[in-house]
Amino acid sequence: MYDELSYKLSTFYIAELIVGIKKKDIMSEKEVKNLEEIFEARIARDEKIEPKDWMPEKYRKTHIRQISQHAHSEIIGMLPEGNWITRAPSLRRKAALLAKVQDEAGHGLYLYSACETLGVSRDELYDQLHSGKAKYSSIFNYPTITWADIGAIGWLVDGAAIINQVPLCNTSFGPYARAMVRVCKEESFHQRQGYEIMLTLCRGTEEQKAMAQDALNRWWWPSLMMLGPTDAESVHTEQSMKWKLKRKSNDELRQQFIDQTVPQADILGLTIPDPDLKWNEETGHYDFGEIDWEEFWQVVKGHGPCNKERMSARVNAWNNGEWVRDAAMAYAEKKEANKLKEAI
Amino acid sequence: MNNLYKYLLTIADNSLILAQRLGELCGHGPSLETDIAITNISLDLLGQTRSYYQYAAKLVGENKTEDDIAFLRIERDYKNCLLVEQPNTHFGFVIGRQYLFDVYHYMLIEKLQNSPDENLAAIAKKGIKEVSYHKRFSGDWVKRLGDGTEESNKKMQEAIDDLWRYTNELFYLTEAEKEVVKEGIGVDVSSFKEEYYKEVSELLTEATLTVPENKYFTKGGKEGVHTEHMGYILAELQYMQRTYPNMNW
Repeated sequence: MYDELSYKLSTFYIAELIVGIKKKDIMSEKEVKNLEEIFEARIARDEKIEPKDWMPEKYRKTHIRQISQHAHSEIIGMLPEGNWITRAPSLRRKAALLAKVQDEAGHGLYLYSACETLGVSRDELYDQLHSGKAKYSSIFNYPTITWADIGAIGWLVDGAAIINQVPLCNTSFGPYARAMVRVCKEESFHQRQGYEIMLTLCRGTEEQKAMAQDALNRWWWPSLMMLGPTDAESVHTEQSMKWKLKRKSNDELRQQFIDQTVPQADILGLTIPDPDLKWNEETGHYDFGEIDWEEFWQVVKGHGPCNKERMSARVNAWNNGEWVRDAAMAYAEKKEANKLKEAI
Repeated sequence: MNNLYKYLLTIADNSLILAQRLGELCGHGPSLETDIAITNISLDLLGQTRSYYQYAAKLVGENKTEDDIAFLRIERDYKNCLLVEQPNTHFGFVIGRQYLFDVYHYMLIEKLQNSPDENLAAIAKKGIKEVSYHKRFSGDWVKRLGDGTEESNKKMQEAIDDLWRYTNELFYLTEAEKEVVKEGIGVDVSSFKEEYYKEVSELLTEATLTVPENKYFTKGGKEGVHTEHMGYILAELQYMQRTYPNMNW
């Protein structure tokens, strides 16, 4: 027993192990191609890929990028809405908003966990966010300046998010697909809640209706941009379609969002701020005006109205919390050491 | 206004103002997990506040609503204790304020469950599980911060030292409270003062913190005389209702 243990701990054994892993790592091109074919065939059969399954490096990286971007968006997304928690106009609205922002934290939590199954730590992902290396949804770089913005975010931003996300419930990577089932359920609740805020405003006084219209005016175009750049500009579409990270193109999704949202605006009695918007009998869809892609890229590149504020809020929260996290770690280590002592 | 109404406010205003303070932190916590937990506590307290205010609104009649009570009083009419309005100076203060309140809150509503007033007893019964979780959460964090690193110990001690002077007010009884206690409906908070300091001192000691020896206390909140922080809390809390009066939201 002792001999076996000491052998296992010897540097010789460890060296052997490393060589073994390396040998395993270096597969012939043919072997890799075989594995890739099996892998792609599994996806084509709608089988779920699980964290321990073999996967091409590109698949792993693409998923880390997309899932972490999604997680970051949830966390950054807490800020513009959190901005209204202390000023919500009624206790019922305050409670609903608190619960909503908390849901977003929860989404962040399970998306980060899904991402961790791909071999990256939450701390690394935070580092990428805080250093500006990782992106998050640009919509959250717009300010929430009136209460109606909370309604508009729920109605439009969550509405667009759902259109983006529902297809992901059937995506190929198991942990992501399962997380998305729950996220989508909650998002659709949030959307109804947002719409209900708008409906209440629109049934209220002139002042309230004007507040709702103003919010729609400011959030409409950024919401359309949430569906991503036009297909011609989108770099990831083809590969993402194959891996079921995407089922429809950005432009198709955008059309779907517009077709679904215009009648909702009609019910509210609000005007969509697009003079070119009109129903096209021939196509069976709404035609709409040109999106200001210059603005889109400006915000994506970090120069939107609140990019700096959002980042510094996150970085401050993280830095100010360091002593707390250190304390929790030190305390846990002390307790663990005490337990060991007692056991001996 | 009758005594029961005033009594309800002394309990509910604590929950409202603490929920408001915790709400400020949403999205800014030291970790995602603590962020979620603190929002959760805020939500629980807000839920309890609404139950008390709905009951209070019924007592007043005249179509008063929970929102009238929450948003449309002047500062002097808010009866929360000074402890809960103290700012989120750093996470040690958030935890310290929470723990010093939670131990009191738990003892209060544990007894309130036995009130012959059915509404009060029902609210307390619903809240006891929540508050027991709050106390566990904040107590565990006092221990982690107290017995964590040198820096965290210093910060936790600083918070406890600063907040200690507001603890005594928790056991102060207003005239209305005395009346409701006399009627057998309310809880005499002074009855568990000793028990409170014993429990708190034990946990602080376990957390390797020093129990403050300060014997000078500050009070006033329960009589509507607040610290300078309160006006700013209300400015945010009441902003919408004051700017756009008489509207539905």
